[in-house]
Amino acid sequence: MLCQSCEKRQATTHIKTILNGELKEYNLCPECASKLGYGSFFGNFGFDLDKLFGSFMESFGSEKNSKRCKFCGSSFEDIAKSGKVGCAQCYEEFYNELLPSIQRIHGRTSHTGKLARSAGNEVRIKNEIAQCRYEMEQAIKMQEFEKAAELRDRIKELEKNMEENSETQKKE
Amino acid sequence: MADKIETRKDISDVVISTRIRFARNLKDYPFPCRMNTEKKCRVAAIIKETVLEGKNALSGRFKYIQMSELTQEEAVSLVERHLVSPEFISDREGRGLLLLDDESVSIMINEEDHIRIQVIRPNMDLDGAYDLADKIDSLFDEQLNFAFNDKLGYLTQCPTNIGTGMRASLMMHLPALKESGSMGKISASLAKLGLVIRGMFGEGSDPKGSVYQLSNQVTLGISEKEAINNLHDIAMQLVAQERAARTAMAKNITVLDGIYRSFGILQYAKLISNDECMKLLSNLRFGVEIGIFENIDFDTINHLMVEVQPATLMKNIGKKLTAQERDQIRAEVVRTALMQKKIPANRRLG
Repeated sequence: MLCQSCEKRQATTHIKTILNGELKEYNLCPECASKLGYGSFFGNFGFDLDKLFGSFMESFGSEKNSKRCKFCGSSFEDIAKSGKVGCAQCYEEFYNELLPSIQRIHGRTSHTGKLARSAGNEVRIKNEIAQCRYEMEQAIKMQEFEKAAELRDRIKELEKNMEENSETQKKE
Repeated sequence: MADKIETRKDISDVVISTRIRFARNLKDYPFPCRMNTEKKCRVAAIIKETVLEGKNALSGRFKYIQMSELTQEEAVSLVERHLVSPEFISDREGRGLLLLDDESVSIMINEEDHIRIQVIRPNMDLDGAYDLADKIDSLFDEQLNFAFNDKLGYLTQCPTNIGTGMRASLMMHLPALKESGSMGKISASLAKLGLVIRGMFGEGSDPKGSVYQLSNQVTLGISEKEAINNLHDIAMQLVAQERAARTAMAKNITVLDGIYRSFGILQYAKLISNDECMKLLSNLRFGVEIGIFENIDFDTINHLMVEVQPATLMKNIGKKLTAQERDQIRAEVVRTALMQKKIPANRRLG
């Protein structure tokens, strides 16, 4: 079997991870495995996620080193090396570069939960729908069907709100 | 008694304390790794003012500590009492700490992020700790512009914390699972569920005092409520496993011998090193957990486990001590606390 990363060398390292119930399998050669940070699993058991994160990004950091964040001056190389992002603006500036690592760390790429005051209206409604869905599932599990029905109505109402919002936006 | 362990609803025999931590940053300043001391001081001043000059019931109860002004012992003692991270005291310039009067809330300024809100509650109290952290966070949100992105949630210096920025942890005493050698396997299976378990005192494979910290690893795409419920459910499974292992071990004469010997040493020794002390206290707690020492409560032991740490010992005495002086005072502290505690008469021959 060939390595999935370089497609040249024989794959000897097989990695299985389950994150949020999704099973992912990788077959890698020793070189690519250590480049992607998996090598450290065997040599050093006290590995930390920051380092892992840093080494993931090094592999594709080299092409993009000309761009710098307008606010704090970080280049993507700076971020990749230290595993530390420079400022809030960096997340916008280097969104595409950061996304694969974020996906690897968290298994997901979109936020749900508490929102800051600055959050937009659309994300607020979306978020409440997600919360209601979760609570509805919990209610069904606990056989609290009345509560589940109430939550279902609330979700419908919110979804209607969202549609109306997007329609008025289109008209404008 | 040993045979009732499994059915107890109160889980303070396993869960020592609960911690909720929020990571927050100001939108208009670079993250701490890109700030010099001067800028850090400016950010610290803003955050300090927001808390101390706020018009809510909590404001008057916080005190501000400039980290650079502490002695080494005072700083290390904060770590031993779990009020700040070890990282926080490694470089104290431009860093500040807001501490609630009862020490249940600590707000680290310019640690890895501008703001780290931490709430600690005794026993299992995820909801209570979360509610308080959430309330403090909302007070900040009214006054400050947080770094927040509709897609990625709260933005943090390290991408491992983005999203909710919340880390929920339970401090757990797992002597039986550790003794049975199952921690490695448990740790591996928890990783697959997006959780992590690590030693609380001292890193590595041999955590002092069998005290572990179980916390959520994933912070993006999972709401605070889901993460907390998830952690709670897994913790309850660990509690059940630990209790089952204890019940099995409670009949083992070698284990019992270890517990009674530990009690003896703690009551009579004149010098006890920190490592030994943690091991003995862990054994003592194990004894309480399986019903041997009924008149010793968990609070006493939890308290002692912190009290005997070297820097806290020196801070309480008020002067620097040599290692041997510390061992002597440590033995005294423990002896005094356990002096009145006797093994119940009906157990002495059992």
